[in-house]
Amino acid sequence: MNITQQVVNAIWLGGVYSLFALGYALVFSILGVLNLAHSAVFMWGAFIGLVMVTQFSFSVWLAIPVAMLGAGLIGVLLDAVAFAPLRRRNAPRIAQLISSIGAAILLVNIAQLIFGTQPERFPLGSIPTDTIEGLPFRITPIQIIILLVSVALMALLQYMVIRTRAGQAMRAVAFNQRVASLLGVNVSGIFRMTFFLAGALAGAAGVLYGLAYNSMTPFMGDQVALKGLTVIVLGGMGNIQGAVVGGFVVAALEVFSIANGGSNYRDAFVFTLLFLILLFRPQGLVGQKEHTRA
Amino acid sequence: MEFLRSIGITEIVMQFMLINAILGLSMYLVLYTGMFSLANAGFMSIGAYTGVILTQNFDQPLWVGLLGGMAVAGVLAVPIGLPVLRLKDIYLAIATIGFGEVVRILILNFDTLAGSLTGESVRLTRGALGITGIPKITETWHLAAFLVVTGFIMIRLHRSRFGRAMAAVRQDEPAAANMGINVVYTKNMVFIMSAVLAAAAGVLKAHLTRTISPGDYGFDQAVSILAFAVLGGTSTWVGPLVGGFVLTALPEVLRDFKQYRGIVNGSILLLVIVYLPGGLVNPAGWSQLWTRLRGKKQGDTLTAEVS
Repeated sequence: MNITQQVVNAIWLGGVYSLFALGYALVFSILGVLNLAHSAVFMWGAFIGLVMVTQFSFSVWLAIPVAMLGAGLIGVLLDAVAFAPLRRRNAPRIAQLISSIGAAILLVNIAQLIFGTQPERFPLGSIPTDTIEGLPFRITPIQIIILLVSVALMALLQYMVIRTRAGQAMRAVAFNQRVASLLGVNVSGIFRMTFFLAGALAGAAGVLYGLAYNSMTPFMGDQVALKGLTVIVLGGMGNIQGAVVGGFVVAALEVFSIANGGSNYRDAFVFTLLFLILLFRPQGLVGQKEHTRA
Repeated sequence: MEFLRSIGITEIVMQFMLINAILGLSMYLVLYTGMFSLANAGFMSIGAYTGVILTQNFDQPLWVGLLGGMAVAGVLAVPIGLPVLRLKDIYLAIATIGFGEVVRILILNFDTLAGSLTGESVRLTRGALGITGIPKITETWHLAAFLVVTGFIMIRLHRSRFGRAMAAVRQDEPAAANMGINVVYTKNMVFIMSAVLAAAAGVLKAHLTRTISPGDYGFDQAVSILAFAVLGGTSTWVGPLVGGFVLTALPEVLRDFKQYRGIVNGSILLLVIVYLPGGLVNPAGWSQLWTRLRGKKQGDTLTAEVS
């Protein structure tokens, strides 16, 4: 077994997982709810990217920002339909979880109606697939691009949350909604922005995942939905840095269990890990113990 | 009967309605005790596989398969419930989703796993293709009888000390513990009862659909079971019953719009949780919705008068 090769695979796949899970973590840290429609937004991002390439003959580079914008808008719509009415009523978190499941079913079925259930592919020649020569491991340009784009987006998000005024307002809302609104932060605006950002990240992850496997169906979100949950549980639910670390850990676990002949059990390993973390370290691997535990 | 058939509710649809009502009740038990568990689909598959292996590989009658499936699910619920039920709301939901996936993958690979352990070739769960050619031996009256017995148990349960303890645990766990209720015991007992009910539905359904495969009991099934309970409402045990009936019958009644089926299901779930948070069987919720709608109309006429 070529260890270097597995490490390389784990790194680019981890980039996609982290990017996807960041959206979960962002919504959870600021609103305290779990958005199970996130994987449906991810799928929509992939299809928007695909339509841009096939119908409007955009290059893949241009398709990524367009898909992010589209998926971000779907995220805002999702907030308006499934979350905002319940927030106004002060409904329990579980009610918001259920409404997000309803929204996910709706989004997947609309996609199914429009795109059909057959796997769709990016047209031949639109993405470079030849492996790069002269390296001790196999890597395609697209895998390098996936890694670069996801790392760049993660750095951008980190910068935004830590350095900008909007990021400051987001952290204020996450800390205490009431106090933030008393200090003049537009709380519902921040919520909309959070959903836009989460949607845009999911959209980017969707296009990158679609490029990596070049097979897109309306059900592609299912493949990452539960892995994304594992990632944020590993990272400590609302923890943004934790989600990045968790994405790479889950990808490594998956890649190495396949390499060791456990491809049938790779998901079982991932979910057993999820189980154990929830039971023994509910604050996540990198998180600190909260006073109000789960 | 004629009328029902004319709108698309044939006997087989009715049988699925009864099964889904049982599933709705199994979800109701955990929700009523304040536990948001999505493990029911996993227990359903454990029940279905145990029941089918008993009737097919060991030539037992259906009732043995039913009791066997229920027993295995009930026993397995103990080691799962004890650690997992310490978690609450979203964390419990994620852990039980993980449990469902692990069950699915283990059943998928059961034959190769058991084969490598015993050194003989095992053919019990038959991998991804699942078990086919199961005889259709579940009758409508089996289902109806099972549901009546379950309903009777539900009524008795709510009037019992244990039933009151369930409600107390949902409303305020520390307060319930202070009143001398054994919270851990109550939660785990309810979790076991819910698993047993789901397993029974699994066995009965397997002997109706005639084929089972691990994919039938994934996250989608868990969400459907949740939808039965949420749509019907969990303020009384009648709610999930109605929810199971309505959500099963509706796609058949609207079969002309078959391609929009998923869209209708998703919208219903969304609309009910947003506008009727107590579900369909919840008089308070309806009257609230009514006053809200009427209130809005009055508001409109008021502004019209002012302008």
